[in-house]
Amino acid sequence: MPDESAKWPRRGLLRGAGLALAAAPLRKALAADEPAQAPPRWMTEQGDTVADYGMPSPYERAVIRRIRDKQKMPTVISTMTPLQDLVGIITPNGLHHARCHAGVPAIDPDRHRLLVHGMVDRPMSFGMDDLTRFPSVSRLHFLECSGNSKFFKAALIKPNWTAQDTHGQVSCAEWTGVRLADVLAEAGVQKGATWMLAEGADACAMSRSIPIEKALDDAILAYAQNGERLRPENGYPLRLFLPGWEGNTSVKWLHRLKLGTQPFETRDETAKYTDLMPDGTALQFNFVMEVKSVITFPSPGKDPKQPGFHEIGGLAWSGRGRVARVEVSTDGGANWREATLQEPVLPQCLTRFRLPWDWDGGPAVLQSRATDETGDVQPTREKLLAARGPNFIYHYNAIHSWRVAPGGEVKLAV
Amino acid sequence: MGAVAGLFLLTGAALAADPPYGFGQPATPGEIAGANIDILPDGTGLPPGQGSVGQGAALYASTCAACHGERGEKPLDATMRLVGGAGTLATPKAVQTVGSYWPYATTLFDYIRRAMPFPAPRSLSPDQVYAVTAYVLRLNGVVPDGTVLDAASLPRVRMPNRDGFISAYKPGR
Ligand code: HEC
Repeated sequence: MPDESAKWPRRGLLRGAGLALAAAPLRKALAADEPAQAPPRWMTEQGDTVADYGMPSPYERAVIRRIRDKQKMPTVISTMTPLQDLVGIITPNGLHHARCHAGVPAIDPDRHRLLVHGMVDRPMSFGMDDLTRFPSVSRLHFLECSGNSKFFKAALIKPNWTAQDTHGQVSCAEWTGVRLADVLAEAGVQKGATWMLAEGADACAMSRSIPIEKALDDAILAYAQNGERLRPENGYPLRLFLPGWEGNTSVKWLHRLKLGTQPFETRDETAKYTDLMPDGTALQFNFVMEVKSVITFPSPGKDPKQPGFHEIGGLAWSGRGRVARVEVSTDGGANWREATLQEPVLPQCLTRFRLPWDWDGGPAVLQSRATDETGDVQPTREKLLAARGPNFIYHYNAIHSWRVAPGGEVKLAV
Repeated sequence: MGAVAGLFLLTGAALAADPPYGFGQPATPGEIAGANIDILPDGTGLPPGQGSVGQGAALYASTCAACHGERGEKPLDATMRLVGGAGTLATPKAVQTVGSYWPYATTLFDYIRRAMPFPAPRSLSPDQVYAVTAYVLRLNGVVPDGTVLDAASLPRVRMPNRDGFISAYKPGR
């Protein structure tokens, strides 16, 4: 990583600081005879007791998921993580996005079983106690809905959208579980098995076909998220987790795996989660979530309050591996500077980037452009739209723009 | 001779497939039968039974129309449209429905059985699923009036967009 203090224009910093001072309302002049200030109330009385399961401060009540019900049904749910309010790379469990097609099932873990059948030597049934006995793995990975940043269609865009609205269907957690390969070995995968149906125990028995290569490679049967058991909306008590792949393939509430020789052609890999191209044909099994990034500060609702020093910050990720670099532009893509990547930089994981910015108080268009370790670069919106046409919905990963107005208000720029 | 063959089988099985940990229990036939609801495009998995367009029309009116619209074209929400859109896939305003977009009729049976009617999934009998499947296909003009669907005839229904899909999956990338 280049040393950023060396790159930072010192004189600019000083000028910025001067401006900031000038702009700030003058606090009371320092006077030697100022009377002693009274202590705050919370230093003069006993505080609260501690809850058995802690919640954020009531002052953080605004940091919440956005919940959208779709199809006018309260159980067809899409939620978004408030990316603009979070720091680091971990999404707290209560803020992890979730997409549910038939509500959140209330599964009793003692009655939950995973059936493994089809092209296996021994059809097997596992309880949660059986599964948690396998050697465990914990990995930090992002999970992104393939419909995240679903704004190919200009008509759908609302000018007041925040980073939560545009990119909040990506979240990141430490997922703990067991290797799917270990569990499949118990059943004995038969030669010739090429696809695996993964089915959930929700009210639509959500199901996807997964190539056996992925199942045997890095797939996890996850039972925990950030150190505690999965949240119900994220698949309690058991979910499939496929690093880097579109979120819905990481089937939640997993209760059945069936091995076969072809895709099962379920509704959620034909009618939905397929990508209609301009010529009328559709891409199916478009699994990988490609390289993408978003600036979370400054962003709508997180305005720079005054000119001078600010740290532009954001998140980058790629389903193909590690983020290699992130460039940031403050002039709508005319000039780019390389941002610092915050450690850890892990494969298929959110990566935080930051770049010092000396805002002169004038208009600016902020953009970030991520490149992953395979050399894939985020395309411009124009290029992506031209390639994919008017009917594309999923897998939007274009360079994203926020417009900063003089005065500091930040808005979506398309 | 039989003993030798038996011995060979035993060793063969042991060599091919010793469970590494011995965790879990053998799945019972009832457990598999109860959960094994997926249906392949060639019809594998379809249950016995049958249903006609006419039977499906009555069932659709009473259990589906409230959400999906009387003839499947004017649902509560545009994303729940089941009928129409023929010829629109290559236009800027594509309408993706069972009739215009879905590649396999078997998927319709599979999905209705596992997920519909929305308020009471898994409540329809196989005959009812065949019937309402036939009716939705009829509304889309994919099958004629009088069609009766069963495990033999459903996989033979050719969907208009059967060849419209290309797999983007390349092993290794
Ligand atoms: C209470 C409202 C409701 C009722 C009643 C209902 N559905 Fe649905 N249906 C939905 C919703 C909501 C979806 C979308 C679910 C999703 O997106 O996951 C849907 C989706 C579908 C789809 C998939 C559409 C597509 O293009 O992906 C089919 C097919 C379907 N329903 C058939 C039926 C049939 C047949 C019945 C009657 C037996 C029925 N539905 C009854 C609400 C309903």
